[in-house]
Amino acid sequence: MSESAAEPRSAAAHETARELITCERHPDRYRHWRLAVEARVATLSLDVDEAGGLAPGYRLKLNSYDLGVDIELHDALQRIRFEHPQVGCVVLTSAKERVFSAGANIFMLGLASHAEKVNFCKFTNETRNGMEESSAHSGLKFLAACNGTTAGGGYELALACDQIVLVDDRWSAVSLPEVPLLGVLPGTGGLTRLTDKRRVRRDQADLFCTSAEGVRGARAREWRLVDEVVKPGQFHEFVGRRAAELAEASERPRQAQGIVLPPLERRIDAAGYHYALVDARIEREARRVTLTVSAPERREPEDIEGILARGAHWWPLRVARELDDAVLMLRMNDPEVGTWLLSTRGDADRVLEADASLERHGGHWFVKEVTGMLRRTLSRLDVSSRSLIALVDRGSCFAGTLFELALAADRSYMLQLDGAAPGAPCIACSPMNFGAYPAANGAARIETRFCGERGAVEAARAALGRRLDAERALALGLVTAAPDELDWDEEIRLALEERASLSPDALTGLEANLRFPGAENMHTRIFGRLSAWQNWIFTRPNATGAAGALKVFGTGSKPGFDWNRT
Amino acid sequence: MNVSLNEKIPNNVDVGGDKALQRALERWQPEFLDWWSDMGPDGSKGYEVYLRTAVSVEKGGWAHFDFVRMPEYRWGIFLEPARAGRSVGFGEHRGEPAWQEVPGEYRGNLRRIIVTQGDTEPASVEQQRHLGMTCPSLYDLRNLFQVNVEEGRHLWAMVYLLHRYFGRDGREEAQALLERRSGDRDNPRILEAFNEPTPDWMSLFMFTFFTDRDGKFQLCALAESGFDPLARTARFMLTEEAHHMFVGVTGVARILERTCQVMAKERTDSPERLRALGVIDLPTVQRYLNFHFSVTLDLFGSELSSNAATYYTTGLKGRYEEEKLDDDHRLKDAVYPVLAFEEGRLVTREAPALNALNEKLRDDYIKDTASGIARWNRVMEKHGIEFRLAVPHKGFHRRIGALAGAHISPDGRLLSREAWQARADEWLPSAADRAFVQSLMGRVVEPGRFANWIAPPERGIHGMPLDFEYVRFD
Repeated sequence: MSESAAEPRSAAAHETARELITCERHPDRYRHWRLAVEARVATLSLDVDEAGGLAPGYRLKLNSYDLGVDIELHDALQRIRFEHPQVGCVVLTSAKERVFSAGANIFMLGLASHAEKVNFCKFTNETRNGMEESSAHSGLKFLAACNGTTAGGGYELALACDQIVLVDDRWSAVSLPEVPLLGVLPGTGGLTRLTDKRRVRRDQADLFCTSAEGVRGARAREWRLVDEVVKPGQFHEFVGRRAAELAEASERPRQAQGIVLPPLERRIDAAGYHYALVDARIEREARRVTLTVSAPERREPEDIEGILARGAHWWPLRVARELDDAVLMLRMNDPEVGTWLLSTRGDADRVLEADASLERHGGHWFVKEVTGMLRRTLSRLDVSSRSLIALVDRGSCFAGTLFELALAADRSYMLQLDGAAPGAPCIACSPMNFGAYPAANGAARIETRFCGERGAVEAARAALGRRLDAERALALGLVTAAPDELDWDEEIRLALEERASLSPDALTGLEANLRFPGAENMHTRIFGRLSAWQNWIFTRPNATGAAGALKVFGTGSKPGFDWNRT
Repeated sequence: MNVSLNEKIPNNVDVGGDKALQRALERWQPEFLDWWSDMGPDGSKGYEVYLRTAVSVEKGGWAHFDFVRMPEYRWGIFLEPARAGRSVGFGEHRGEPAWQEVPGEYRGNLRRIIVTQGDTEPASVEQQRHLGMTCPSLYDLRNLFQVNVEEGRHLWAMVYLLHRYFGRDGREEAQALLERRSGDRDNPRILEAFNEPTPDWMSLFMFTFFTDRDGKFQLCALAESGFDPLARTARFMLTEEAHHMFVGVTGVARILERTCQVMAKERTDSPERLRALGVIDLPTVQRYLNFHFSVTLDLFGSELSSNAATYYTTGLKGRYEEEKLDDDHRLKDAVYPVLAFEEGRLVTREAPALNALNEKLRDDYIKDTASGIARWNRVMEKHGIEFRLAVPHKGFHRRIGALAGAHISPDGRLLSREAWQARADEWLPSAADRAFVQSLMGRVVEPGRFANWIAPPERGIHGMPLDFEYVRFD
């Protein structure tokens, strides 16, 4: 694979050349995981098929993983959230002997382009953050049952769990050997979770992260790297008991009928990705895509029975699943499409009705999970390294949950029409905009928008439920600009062409910084500080040059370092 | 304490003059003795055994013979004398002076190598601890104890390196070597083969022939190490390892000799008949051979190993007889043929030689093993018996590496799982085989007498007669 994949390609050449990465999986067809549900505990056993790598050129030995393995994990978590609502605890363990997971496959990383590495890390980070979010918001608890060597990304996966149990066979250790072995960082949250989540003292974290072999047994617990160490003879029973305790304390329902997640109805063609409620139409020459999200066509049921009967077809869930998939398709397959135009179509009333249902039934497990799905999907937008521009034009319905799209965007343009002209677009806030979808920084997007200034947020809250035209929206600071009909086309064209001319790297950095002003937390530090340093290291010759540590790993050659500190 | 410690521990590493080492050993030595008392040869505490003790590295000093109570055995610490001007012989440091201290950047890997090697030494003592109860003669009992105390000394040798060169971590690892237990589910030895029991003397002889020979090859590779104290330690250990293999090669040869005598006398090759006559039929010997050979091949690790490549490039672990090999001793662009199992077929692939070092060592081992087996076949030849023991195919009964998923017969044919399993009892010791061999194991301790299933050796130990009382019981 070459790193210079940025040459412009014609649409036709693009279509014939590429093989798409898709994220649809089903437990019946997993190659790497086994999902078993018993009463309130789901056990996800990692059993990686060595020959099942997503790309040629590497074997997934010792339960090491690549994007394909993690896509299955993501699918399994979704199944547990929706199809097995009675599950209160997920046990992550290994079906292989003496190894839990050796982490991300190094040979895969050595072959991958920079963009592929970054995309891989981002997706795995999102999946792990999603586990922590489910724990915090839905009471779905996670227990890492590390029944063997737990290294690198394997330990980072364990770190994303609520508790870690390590087998004490006097051999199995937890380790983050990235620095000494590979010349890169434990970049899937590992470094950050050590200190921010597990409160490992930083000098001990320093020792731990510079030792290739890691720490085992009593010291692993003493240093807070794991919660428990258990002898092999008692391990299985201990894990079962601990999982049952965690499940017992979970607020997920003891008995409930799950909602089956059917395959998405998705059509792929040269123009993009097309779903029932979401459409991604790509303009390759302009390197942009228009993501159009549609409001419910008809009134959705308002009672919980009706909502459950709709299941995966209930608008909020369906739109979340489709948008999530579209975002992932674009991220994984269309790196050169740098500008995403966010657009909406339909009746804002329908959206606000759906929001009312989301709010009214917020305590019900299914609605809670759907809200979580929307929250994670919107979070994916926040951390997508693409320019996000919302176009509030005729026929749009940026209301409530869909207004979050505009709030997630780097800029929003709203068409201003004279007076009460027919078809004049309007926006509307719903209570869902004020805390139901916290971004990675833990704040509502509307709070982030105003850098936490209460006055501005309260002014917007005062307009709850009201249809706001462009003038009003602009006055409240809820949109960036409001060109009138005469200016609109040209204004938008110029803005987009100008945007598309800027350095994609600088834009990525700019957007990532401006999207999360103010206080940091663990997740923003993972996506910000940790990812940025990791991505810098990934491009450095010390990691990925011909003699870089990541490149020569496994060949027996010693890496050749440029010893200058930067 | 210092003086007595120095007296108790024959050594050429100046234990008396090294305070840090003394501190470590003062704590470790009593715990070693506790371990020996708990896990060493069962019930042997008061026995006086005619043992060889290494008392110096001078000519003949490594083989001082006398009666010793085993807990009083003087486990010593010996390194082969340093060679002036020795340099690293391979890898990226080739030609640089050999290291007299651990290079910081290789500390972790070196410790891992030493711990893994060190763990096998007490493990084999644990595996063999009950065999004294069923010895076929005093001569054999003495040999077993000799092997045991020397495995103990090899543990000391590795512990010396850990104590002397690895600081606190080294002391902790040395401690852990006494805490793991062979076959203990909660607390196992590191390598799987060292958690299998050695249930009978046939297994012991096979083990010392096959598995101790793996030890020899590992030690030969470590004897090349750029870390000079490890190389010198390994070289000295090799002189003792030779005796362990001697026990195996002669032990099996004596079993064959005895069986052949009975076969010739009774003019039969019927296993049932031979078993009824109390000797071990040759196909059963072949099945034990198949088992121990295949299990030992796994000890060499995966065919392609990045660890092996790293150990070589960084000068930690060389190849067998590195100095005699005629190449650049860096292997950057060299390739090596490796057998692989791909899409249901066995294919030979050229792999980077650096990654294939485990496979190279395994191939060297197989060659060495084959010549030992050829020696066994001379016993049958001598008696005019047609049966020959055969070296199984490299891919037979493998659990580790690329061939682990394949079902390969001892003669190298690829079979379905069902076809393989249907014939497994022809190729590997069955429960009935093991029960039969076990049934022969009685205790023979009358000087000069040997169990019916094994012939006496050609000569005694250190010029002593066969009816010498090699072990005096309390």
